[in-house]
Amino acid sequence: MEQHILSLILFTPVAGAIIIALLPKGAARLIRTAGMLFSLGALALSVWLFLAFDGARGDMQFVEKVPWIPSLDVSYHTGIDGISLLLIVLTTFLTPLALLASWESITVRLRGYVALMLLLEAGTLGVFMALDIFLFYVFWEFMLIPMYFIIGIWGGQERIYAAIKFFLYTMAGSLLMLVAIIWLGSYAASLPGGAFTTDLLRLYAIAPGIPMGVQVWMFLAFTLSFAIKIPIFPLHTWLPDAHVQAPTAGSVILAGVLLKMGTYGLLRFCLPLFPYATFRFLPYLAGLGIVGILYGALVSMVQPDLKKLVAYSSVSHLGFVVLGIFAITEEGMQGSVIQMINHGLSTGALFLLVGMIYDRRHTRMIRDFGGLARPMPVFATFFMIVMLSSIGLPGLNGFVGEFLILLGSFRSAFLGSPWYAVTASVGVILAAVYLLWSYQRVFFGKNENPENRSLTDLTGREIAVLLPVVFFIVWIGVCPSTFLEKSAASTKSLIHRIEETRRGSYAHAAEAPGGESREGDRR
Amino acid sequence: MTPPIGDWAAIAPLLVIAGAALIIILVDALFAGTRSPASFIAAAGLAAAAACAFFMGGPTPTFAAFGGMIRAGGFATYFTLVFCLSGLLSALLARSRSRGTAHGEGEFYALMLFGVSGMILMASAGDLIVFFLGLELMSLSFYVLAGFDRRRMTSNEAALKYFLLGAFATGFLLYGIALVYGATGSTGLAGFPVGTGGLHEPRILLAGLALLMTGLMFKVGAVPFHMWVPDVYEGAPTPVSAFMSTGGKAAAFSGFLIVFAPAVLMAQPALRNVLAVAAAASMVAGNIIAVAQSSIKRMLAYSSIAHAGYILSGVVAANSAGSNGVLYYLMAYTLMNAGAFGVVSILESEDGTMLTFDECAGLSRRSPLLAALAGVFMFSLAGVPPFAGFFGKYYVFTGAVEAGYTWLAITGVLMSVVSAYYYLRLVVVMYFNDKPGSAAFDGRPLGLAVLIIAAIALAGFGVFPSILLGMTARCF
Repeated sequence: MEQHILSLILFTPVAGAIIIALLPKGAARLIRTAGMLFSLGALALSVWLFLAFDGARGDMQFVEKVPWIPSLDVSYHTGIDGISLLLIVLTTFLTPLALLASWESITVRLRGYVALMLLLEAGTLGVFMALDIFLFYVFWEFMLIPMYFIIGIWGGQERIYAAIKFFLYTMAGSLLMLVAIIWLGSYAASLPGGAFTTDLLRLYAIAPGIPMGVQVWMFLAFTLSFAIKIPIFPLHTWLPDAHVQAPTAGSVILAGVLLKMGTYGLLRFCLPLFPYATFRFLPYLAGLGIVGILYGALVSMVQPDLKKLVAYSSVSHLGFVVLGIFAITEEGMQGSVIQMINHGLSTGALFLLVGMIYDRRHTRMIRDFGGLARPMPVFATFFMIVMLSSIGLPGLNGFVGEFLILLGSFRSAFLGSPWYAVTASVGVILAAVYLLWSYQRVFFGKNENPENRSLTDLTGREIAVLLPVVFFIVWIGVCPSTFLEKSAASTKSLIHRIEETRRGSYAHAAEAPGGESREGDRR
Repeated sequence: MTPPIGDWAAIAPLLVIAGAALIIILVDALFAGTRSPASFIAAAGLAAAAACAFFMGGPTPTFAAFGGMIRAGGFATYFTLVFCLSGLLSALLARSRSRGTAHGEGEFYALMLFGVSGMILMASAGDLIVFFLGLELMSLSFYVLAGFDRRRMTSNEAALKYFLLGAFATGFLLYGIALVYGATGSTGLAGFPVGTGGLHEPRILLAGLALLMTGLMFKVGAVPFHMWVPDVYEGAPTPVSAFMSTGGKAAAFSGFLIVFAPAVLMAQPALRNVLAVAAAASMVAGNIIAVAQSSIKRMLAYSSIAHAGYILSGVVAANSAGSNGVLYYLMAYTLMNAGAFGVVSILESEDGTMLTFDECAGLSRRSPLLAALAGVFMFSLAGVPPFAGFFGKYYVFTGAVEAGYTWLAITGVLMSVVSAYYYLRLVVVMYFNDKPGSAAFDGRPLGLAVLIIAAIALAGFGVFPSILLGMTARCF
């Protein structure tokens, strides 16, 4: 089992999706239960994976490699380091919660819904496991199909527009990445004794030789695709539409997991493969991260719609992750990794909470609410905890991530200025403003609307959805080392690899002036 | 002199199909007025020919027969499989449409088989004259087939337009062959001049090749010789459109690979660049115009221009990845495009009006299986993994990038985004629209069965491309 644990985790939801598609249409209870069982199965396996993972090692673990398309040296090559591990666990953790959250709200075409949610889970898991860029790309694109249907079929009023925008935006970015992938493969083939390859570990080995001028283009192609997914300002415009229109569970997975595919891609591909270009563009990208932090926060502040507010707060939070990544320090990167998890938990939970109030009132407008704390005290409490986690209150998870990121970027020799951290910290204050202000308007004040007076508090199922999330929000806040120690060695070796490769590319450029002319030939 | 038996074995699939066509003509006369068994004979003939090609020629590399006029095995075998698949899918789609005794059913299937024999002759040509014979056999069948709904005006228009323009293109092609013969003194493809060395007047060869290229570009429907495509594909009976756009296109591409083999293109950089520009123009024009269509058939017609562009970039690449990519792509394209036309064929009304997007609204509720199949074909055409359409694009673009045509690959992927918009439009109306349209599955299982097999094959070849790549690797 040890060697095939990743495949087991990956194919459990796939098997579930196939079996559910074959179940009789009317058996709603059976379909829901089966979906739940398969997603819990994947969760159980990934918990085992978490415990078995050796956090002291920085290399790839649980590696599997089976030839797939020998003529292009594509293989089914999977493996994880600490960064992927945490994201895999996050994915398998959020999926059953998302299914449980939509237990009652999704009634039409239930079979397709549950099957697509499981396929979506499998697609994202594949992205986090792949050690072959081609395999990565297949999962990356494949996951668009289920998400597209989830938004388009079970979404809100403007769902068609949102679904198409989501699909086309992502595809536009990723197809340029495809060209870059092909270019990398054929670059490997052009080396003496080389052959076409998309194997990531082999590409890492040749990365120092990639001419600097080409690195820039490769980096931009990859980064564009990831920047759309994250999203980095100004490529974020698909996000509010997709988030607001998607059903609650879709938003949870979209914010919780899918956005991380972009930041994960930066860490796994852009930085180690193209370090020269990374350092060249680092101030701009860190700058865009900060713009995202402030812009997201300011736009959140004026949103009349709660779900949109949460959506824009994602832009802000992911800005922190981007800043931490491009600080290229251990603190910054560790902070980014843990912040990815934090954002998955807290924003996922915020979407769940907004979904719960929407199920009751069929509105998400802040002005329709007021004084909800009286009829719904349990709801108000959960909302408070999650909100404080999102703001970054010490003792809860958000603080750990943001603190490490700010520390990392403050100290970063590559950013070279403390002003990045200083400006970004304004975002923390703004987060407190927009979240506390909206909390005040929703939960306090006079409960004037008669519809709000008769609201029922959370049901047992809803509490069951929220409790695990809150549990981990507190756990990470109090004892982050459980998770940080799993990824510490991996981030360390990642930074080491980036610097090695960077030194290598300078050395290559110095010894081979022909490097530039080869680049000329290829274009 | 009687050729050795090996020669006849080399063209066995061709003989089987031509034989089946003759039997159909005979049998059809006997069954006048009752339901003709023509479609079954056609299907059996195509299946037998495919089996024949697969088991006899599959493992053998390319070899010459009939004194070098025919080149069988390897390459020809692979294409024979593509053509038989295209014919089989289209014939079964046609069979699933016709109610009772359709007029001239026998002729219809006989012409289809003659078309397939022409295609096989093209792909196994060892001489330009044989290639031309095959091309004419195929084209003449197409001209008639396009006009087969003779009471429908658009079908007549399609036939006439295709015939007039096609005759022109044939003229170009033939003149090209004549010039090549004039320059080199031979029409044989075995010793085809890869360079201009030793030629008295190399410019004549260039002119000849340019004219040949024009003729072939017309047949694949590449810009700027694409004007016939939308009207003909839209006007022709839908199974015929499926047949022309898959088998016909594949046959013309076999011509590209035979005549413009990598070595030939390398020696003629001007022609190669012209071809690259045409490929890019096809992708751009086909995809952008397709966005504006309201008839699904017409959308598919424009999209087929775009696909001709994608496949041409594999030809332009003139390397192993490009050529293998073209072969893989053609098989994938046959499955997905015949499937897409098949969906139209099942859904469209009998009175000959064109199926629009609006009519398909809410199809996923009325006919969930058919909608799911249509979704598979659309995602595959758009090039979304894990379907075969994605891997086809990946291979041809890999070839293009390796050959230094990165800009072509970039054009291709950007235009793929445009194509996703109109392919997904069908998915949108089928799945996301609540207001019901009128189109629905007519309940006859044959057409649905054909589409299910095509969709499974698309997923199978997509997830395990090595099945096909093992075969394409033996083609060159």
